[in-house]
Amino acid sequence: MRLFNENVREAVKLLSKLLDTIKPHFEEGGKLEKMYPAFDAISSFLFVPAHASNSGVHIRDGIDLKRTMITVVLAMIPCLIFGIWNTGHQHYLAIGEFTDIGAGLMEKMLFGMAKVLPIVAVSYTVGLTIEFIGAIIKKEQVNEGFLVSGMLIPLVMPVDVPLWMVGLATVFAVIIGKEVFGGTGMNILNPALTARAFLFFAYPTKMSGDFVWVNTATDAGQSLVDGYSGATPLAQAIDNGDKITSVAGQPISFMDMFMGYIPGSVGETSTVACLIGAAILLLTGIGSWRVMLSVFVGGYAMALIFNTFSLNPFMSVPPLTQLVMGGFVFGAVFMATDPVTATQTNTGKFIYGFLIGFLAIMIRVFNPAYPEGMMLAILFMNVMAPLIDHYVVQANINRRLKRLKTA
Amino acid sequence: MSTSFNIKRGLNIRLKGQAEKVFAEIPASETVAIKPTDFVGVRIRPIVNIGDEVLAGTPLAYDKDNERIKFTSPSSGEVVEIKRGEKRKILEIKVLADKEIRYVPFQKANPDDLSREEVINRLLESGIWPLIIQRPFDIIANPDDNPKAIFISAFDSAPLAPDNDFILHGHGEEFQTGLNAVAKLTDGKVHLSISANTPASKVFTNSKNVQINKFAGPHPAGNVGVQIHHIDPINKGEIVWHLTPQDVLIIGRLFTEGRYNASRVVALTGSEVSKGKYYKTLIGASIKNMVADNVKDGSLRYISGNVLTGTKITADGYLGFYDTQISVIPEVVEPEFLGWITPGIDKFSISRTFFTWLLATKNYTLNSSLNGEKRAYVVTGEYERVLPMDIHPVQLIKSIMIGDVEQMENLGIYEVAEEDFALCEFVCTSKINVQALIREGIETVQREC
Repeated sequence: MRLFNENVREAVKLLSKLLDTIKPHFEEGGKLEKMYPAFDAISSFLFVPAHASNSGVHIRDGIDLKRTMITVVLAMIPCLIFGIWNTGHQHYLAIGEFTDIGAGLMEKMLFGMAKVLPIVAVSYTVGLTIEFIGAIIKKEQVNEGFLVSGMLIPLVMPVDVPLWMVGLATVFAVIIGKEVFGGTGMNILNPALTARAFLFFAYPTKMSGDFVWVNTATDAGQSLVDGYSGATPLAQAIDNGDKITSVAGQPISFMDMFMGYIPGSVGETSTVACLIGAAILLLTGIGSWRVMLSVFVGGYAMALIFNTFSLNPFMSVPPLTQLVMGGFVFGAVFMATDPVTATQTNTGKFIYGFLIGFLAIMIRVFNPAYPEGMMLAILFMNVMAPLIDHYVVQANINRRLKRLKTA
Repeated sequence: MSTSFNIKRGLNIRLKGQAEKVFAEIPASETVAIKPTDFVGVRIRPIVNIGDEVLAGTPLAYDKDNERIKFTSPSSGEVVEIKRGEKRKILEIKVLADKEIRYVPFQKANPDDLSREEVINRLLESGIWPLIIQRPFDIIANPDDNPKAIFISAFDSAPLAPDNDFILHGHGEEFQTGLNAVAKLTDGKVHLSISANTPASKVFTNSKNVQINKFAGPHPAGNVGVQIHHIDPINKGEIVWHLTPQDVLIIGRLFTEGRYNASRVVALTGSEVSKGKYYKTLIGASIKNMVADNVKDGSLRYISGNVLTGTKITADGYLGFYDTQISVIPEVVEPEFLGWITPGIDKFSISRTFFTWLLATKNYTLNSSLNGEKRAYVVTGEYERVLPMDIHPVQLIKSIMIGDVEQMENLGIYEVAEEDFALCEFVCTSKINVQALIREGIETVQREC
């Protein structure tokens, strides 16, 4: 073990020396001067630079943006792994093989990986390339924001989305969704949702309907099961309420939906996986409990209100079932909590979260053309967030002015 | 009669290197210095030349904008150096100190028998006046103002801060005389805020002529700005003054001893100190004798003050005019391999992204590393966790960034000082220099008003 440690230390030293040797080429006057932001991004990724606090506080909290972002990525890993398995599971359900949950774990994982990992690779490659080029043009440091967006984008895509679309959506999200506003921290809309919304409106046939959620490619000798339907629970609920069936026509219980054995976007189906992510975000203090909690409260409240009227099957779906269907939980945990696009004041976060939950359920029930109410609700509230903050801050200002008058 | 306040938001940074509560003997400092950089926003004009003989209490310099405010020598001796930096800015006025301090004689008096004007004049004349600070702006008080109240925080909650209960033990009489003088300065109340976390010294609890308030909770509960905000917040146009218990002692001694006795008790703290104790020294004394042979090896950072608000000095630098603490911490020297993903069992963070939060009682050795690089604001809700005031910190900082004076006023710039935002700067994921921005905002508002 000690030998291993020493070898690692030697390797790290060599790496550090290597970076020092090539550094002059990237500095002012060097051959690759213009590429400095790229060099800086890679070297600061490998080594946290020995920058000292030179004014103000002499010691600093251990956290930085890289660690914040990597924590969020870690929190999404359960969703990714489950998404990979479920992609395989839905496929094999459709062709009638390994229909038991426990059966064919390896086959399902391998099939899922073959489908999902390319989407992840495209998203990261395209996004990071643009970030690096942007940083070189603007002569700024590369920001860490895309680490999270790059993982979110694949998780909100249907599995059968063509890879070129993923690339195009990523380009749109990074440039129009973020860079035009000034980069990470300045954007108004959540970049990953911008990517999804872009595809949703530009290529609706590839982003909605009953044929995009499950991979139904069949090899020789395979065929789809009788009564196959690729409709997601959300699509079925319009006519059937909470009487949901699987792709093979078997009834699906609340528990199945909670676990995530249903068709849907790659990473959104499993409430359990999302909740593991939520636990990581809340435990580390990275995600806002105020936003998460109030999204659920808002969604539950809207579903309860619908229940009291129950004018159609969808309205009579029990609140908890509403919450586990579609991308509600995923959105609440990973999208609504994006600190840049959410409200910034603590009071504002409650209002913002509540309205997201409330509107998401309202949109999906009242407008079946947009089953993914969550996406639209979050984007809408992203736009409204500054307004909510304005009123919260104004209330503080008024308190201060009132004190002056009564004093 | 006392009022209690419970501060909930804040953070105690658990550092290694608390000073042991004993007084250590060291040879008196050979030189003492007045550092104009200690006095924010003051333009100083020296009135002594190299070679001049001065007594403790002889003016060395005065404030160009208010000639009544003088800066006097803390010790007697010979002026040996007026050190200047860029643009001939004065950095230090150094005095080679006598072994036995000789004092400018001032009259002894009972402050109760003096008028407000007489008390003010004595404080100005002796050079003690600059110890009195005003809010808004956190600058030296203007003797022409009449503050609505005066605030004294009896305890310091900053990391490794000295214990005033220990320092003031047995000095009840001088302290009370000082309080009586301070009480003359305002028609309003004098507020003395004591800690509710630990039983306060009798020196404080038996004080008369003051309103005693109790504050419980983590740092910055001991910051006078936080206390003012909770007791009697500053509105636009209002002025309050504040000072520290050791300053009150110096004022008290002016009246009981009839001289400017600039004695200060200083705690030597920080992880790199071998034996941290309390030292009886002078305002502006060199720290050389304190830290010599008393620090660990390696590249070190010496700070006059605490790690959050102090000033970086050299190993033979001088104690700041307002400081009662010296901190010595390791300087960051080496980049850290993949530092952003390691478990980080030696890192302290208010977030729980490092596993150290499981070790609830551990004390940390933190170096001067920024632990990252400056970024735009991304994470929200961080500052709010450590600022126990009804103020929206990030919105205030942003209004300063864009220079919107009206919005700064609306959001409470008159109530704050750098030290109140020091923890915000500490916890900031984006490594924004919050304290510098607050000062920038204060200066903008001062210019516009």
